[in-house]
Amino acid sequence: MDARPDFLLTVENLTVSFDGFKAVDSLSFYVEPNECRVIIGPNGAGKTTVLDLICGRTKATGGKVEFKNQELLKMREDQIVHAGVGRKFQTPTVYEDLTVFENLEISYPKGHGVFGALMFRRDDEVISRIDEIAETVFLEDLLDEQAAFLSHGQKQWLEIGMLLIQDPELLMLDEPVAGMSVAERKQTAELLNRVIKDRSVIVIEHDMKFVEDIATRVTVLHQGKVLSEGSMAHVQADPKVIEVYLGH
Amino acid sequence: MLLSKNRFFSTTDLIGFGLLALLIFVVLPIGLDTFRLNLFGKYLTYAFVAIGLVLCWGAGGILSLGQGVFFGLGGYCMAMFLKLEASSPEATKIQSTPGIPDFMDWNQITEIPIWWQPFHSLTFSLIAVILVPVIFAFIIGVAMFRRRVGGVYFAIITQAIAAILTILIIGQQGYTGGVNGITDLRTLKGWDIRTDDAKVLLYFVNGGLLFACLFLAQLIRRSKLGRILIAMRNQEDRVRFSGYDVANFKIFVFCAGAAFAAIGGAMFTLQVGFMSPSFVGIVPSIEMVILCAVGGRLSIIGAVYGALLVNLAKTTFSELFPELWLLGLGGLFIAVVLIFPNGLAGLYSDYIEPRITAIFKRKFPESKDPGKFDPAKTAAEAAE
Repeated sequence: MDARPDFLLTVENLTVSFDGFKAVDSLSFYVEPNECRVIIGPNGAGKTTVLDLICGRTKATGGKVEFKNQELLKMREDQIVHAGVGRKFQTPTVYEDLTVFENLEISYPKGHGVFGALMFRRDDEVISRIDEIAETVFLEDLLDEQAAFLSHGQKQWLEIGMLLIQDPELLMLDEPVAGMSVAERKQTAELLNRVIKDRSVIVIEHDMKFVEDIATRVTVLHQGKVLSEGSMAHVQADPKVIEVYLGH
Repeated sequence: MLLSKNRFFSTTDLIGFGLLALLIFVVLPIGLDTFRLNLFGKYLTYAFVAIGLVLCWGAGGILSLGQGVFFGLGGYCMAMFLKLEASSPEATKIQSTPGIPDFMDWNQITEIPIWWQPFHSLTFSLIAVILVPVIFAFIIGVAMFRRRVGGVYFAIITQAIAAILTILIIGQQGYTGGVNGITDLRTLKGWDIRTDDAKVLLYFVNGGLLFACLFLAQLIRRSKLGRILIAMRNQEDRVRFSGYDVANFKIFVFCAGAAFAAIGGAMFTLQVGFMSPSFVGIVPSIEMVILCAVGGRLSIIGAVYGALLVNLAKTTFSELFPELWLLGLGGLFIAVVLIFPNGLAGLYSDYIEPRITAIFKRKFPESKDPGKFDPAKTAAEAAE
């Protein structure tokens, strides 16, 4: 299948091999604008590696990744971010020595060069944008708090907020509700339902209830390959998926 | 409320800068004779290096064990100018080739090498003091940080560079003065730098430059760049995936640290009257890191006190117990790492500052900072 221009993200024959072990093997999938794609699969299926390859953290051995007709595999991580791809890591990754406000400010898409950062001014526009995002991620009362003192769930929200402030066209989330309490989980599901509206999202998640709620389409990965793809109902009924998940 | 936190100087910084200025410009010059004042001026040249280390290591997490390289390059650039001025044909007429530096004559060199020639000009030399170390730091920075060499590996490589430069200087005796260094420096544009008046004036110039560097360092720390450095220390990947080219920021701060160290080196040469490889190599480079750690690697003011106190202790104890001094220095470093990781500045902010704040609070209870985090208020909100 040729890359159609109306796909936001085209992944074709993507392969990465670590010392001969193919963690991702000739993988192809396509993401449309405003689609919410959920990737599921057993441990070691290569889910996180796929995200790493798209955002440039891991260098691919072969294949292509096209985003808005730009080849991402040749770009540096920060260039991929500026092209419009945002990535949330599996464990909450925030700057613990800075306040919530400063964490969000660093992600604000302005002053990203060395001299831009030196000259950066915290003007009203920046402050109101940060206030707006902080409210979205339930942290409006904690702006002056040092990020180290946030709970696990709050750190996850903060990192989601740091991505939202970049306003990426493609948002990639690696297990956004992992390790959260039931109440936090519910709140996060609401938050994600709101933030995935005007953009494409790729989510890795294990919580099936959660997946059913948000997924446009589901891709099941197994040993670095696509095992099944389609609606939630379709993949749940797929005998190959049942085989892999339930074993022999 | 948030804007007030972004002021250039917080109250603590303002008190710190004020007290340090009082010490350097009033207390020390009044309280000390010229000999001791010159000695303190020498100690303060290390404070330049320590300020650079606070930015690189304290903020950015880049530990360089080779700051002596930049201190030395700055010092040598200054020394080359002074040496050429001290080597006029009249002053060196007893040499077999008059008009060249004495060490060149001793090494059977008969003319000034071509790369020494530009150092006849004071303007060129002053520019070279900053530019030579910065360009060198830039090359190291590009080579290391673009390849994502960091942490311990970077520290080891900077240490190797310090060793290489020392060996190079010692080996090229005819061009560098070898292990003795460049000695017997006399005048700067005809002004004798060895007199007491000159030493006092140089002390104040040194103090002024130190405050200029403190001011620049504060500018960097208070800008978003300063916060990005801290962010890089915490989570380098997150910074990268927030759209920053991390290597550029590391190169910048490494070059800034080199520039500060170079100014210190040039002032060292002017005040002490010579420059030698013993200020370039591994041991002085590690001493520079220790004095930064003792002062507090997160505080530029603390670093200055660290430079003063460690060097003062070094002078005192190395006179009293010459064999034990190095062990004492090592013990001091271990104590800093184990007992007070944020150095003197950490002790100040943990124990002394809260008491001062408490006294102020009692006197002016109404002037409570509204930007301060209020645990009672947050707890009440959380309970809702």
